[in-house]
Amino acid sequence: MHELSIVASLFEILEEKAEEQKAKRIVGVKLQVGALSGVVPEFLETAFNIYKKETLADKARLEIEKVPLKIQCQKCHTEMVKDDFVFICENCGSRELETLGGTELLLEKIEMEVS
Amino acid sequence: MEKKEVLVLEELLGSNKKIAAEIRKKLEDKGILTINLLSSPGAGKTTLLERIAEGLSPDYSMAVIEGDIETERDSERIRAKGIPAWQIITGGACHLEAKMVAKVFSEIPADLDFLFIENVGNLVCPASYDLGENIRCVILSTPEGDDKPKKYPQAFTTSDCLIINKADLIPALPFKVENAKREALEINPKLKIFITSALKGSGVRELIEYFQSSLRKLRQKNA
Repeated sequence: MHELSIVASLFEILEEKAEEQKAKRIVGVKLQVGALSGVVPEFLETAFNIYKKETLADKARLEIEKVPLKIQCQKCHTEMVKDDFVFICENCGSRELETLGGTELLLEKIEMEVS
Repeated sequence: MEKKEVLVLEELLGSNKKIAAEIRKKLEDKGILTINLLSSPGAGKTTLLERIAEGLSPDYSMAVIEGDIETERDSERIRAKGIPAWQIITGGACHLEAKMVAKVFSEIPADLDFLFIENVGNLVCPASYDLGENIRCVILSTPEGDDKPKKYPQAFTTSDCLIINKADLIPALPFKVENAKREALEINPKLKIFITSALKGSGVRELIEYFQSSLRKLRQKNA
């Protein structure tokens, strides 16, 4: 359960961006969390709501977009979404697959009040 | 009050990745191969390191960074083999981060062949943190069951090598090596798989040969 460590890293970036933009307050944060990121979105939200107290983001909403695991076969080029994480092409059975998405742990955007 | 939306698209663990990349570069420049060992508690990481130390001696040198929530026990075991070891006590944290490794970095001798990092025993959280390693090994011990790869996918999808340890217990367990291998290769077809008994010493030779050939490749790249 390293979600609190990840939220601590998130707040380092939030503070930096808030200072850059001279923000008075952060009101919204949007993350992208991949199915294979190793992070549980619900715990991330709990950790965020604990961590945000007494920060610029104390009233901020957290939005989490869950990104499914998406892979592409390098042989037949079929793209597929995999809920079972099995890296075998559904079309041709090849194991040569490239991950297109689903491992990310990304801060997409921040909504701030400036001036 | 004026509102503003700022598009960031930054990785949350970007700063960890950056530190890890710096560590990797510095160690590679010194010709040191770094191996990060991940497993649940009690899978046999420290015992395996003791066997590896015996197998590498006297032709190769190694050092170990030990990550634990509490106690110096693991590094004491490694030092008892005449191997330099640094203990990182995380004080509750469930994983090592690159910045913790960076703290002991200055003490690592330059003329080393292998640096092993024994992560905190945990099959979940350590998988998210690059520590600057060249090879990530996940160790699955047979009493844990052959169904673990898909239950803890990230540890297996981010690893280069799977070590199935405690093979000596297989006769007493429902563990099927073929099931574990099949599951692991389904979620990560690139995994190199080794079957060991750190306690009895079986399979360790093949693992050491893999590390040695990886070290040769690293140094050829440097040359």
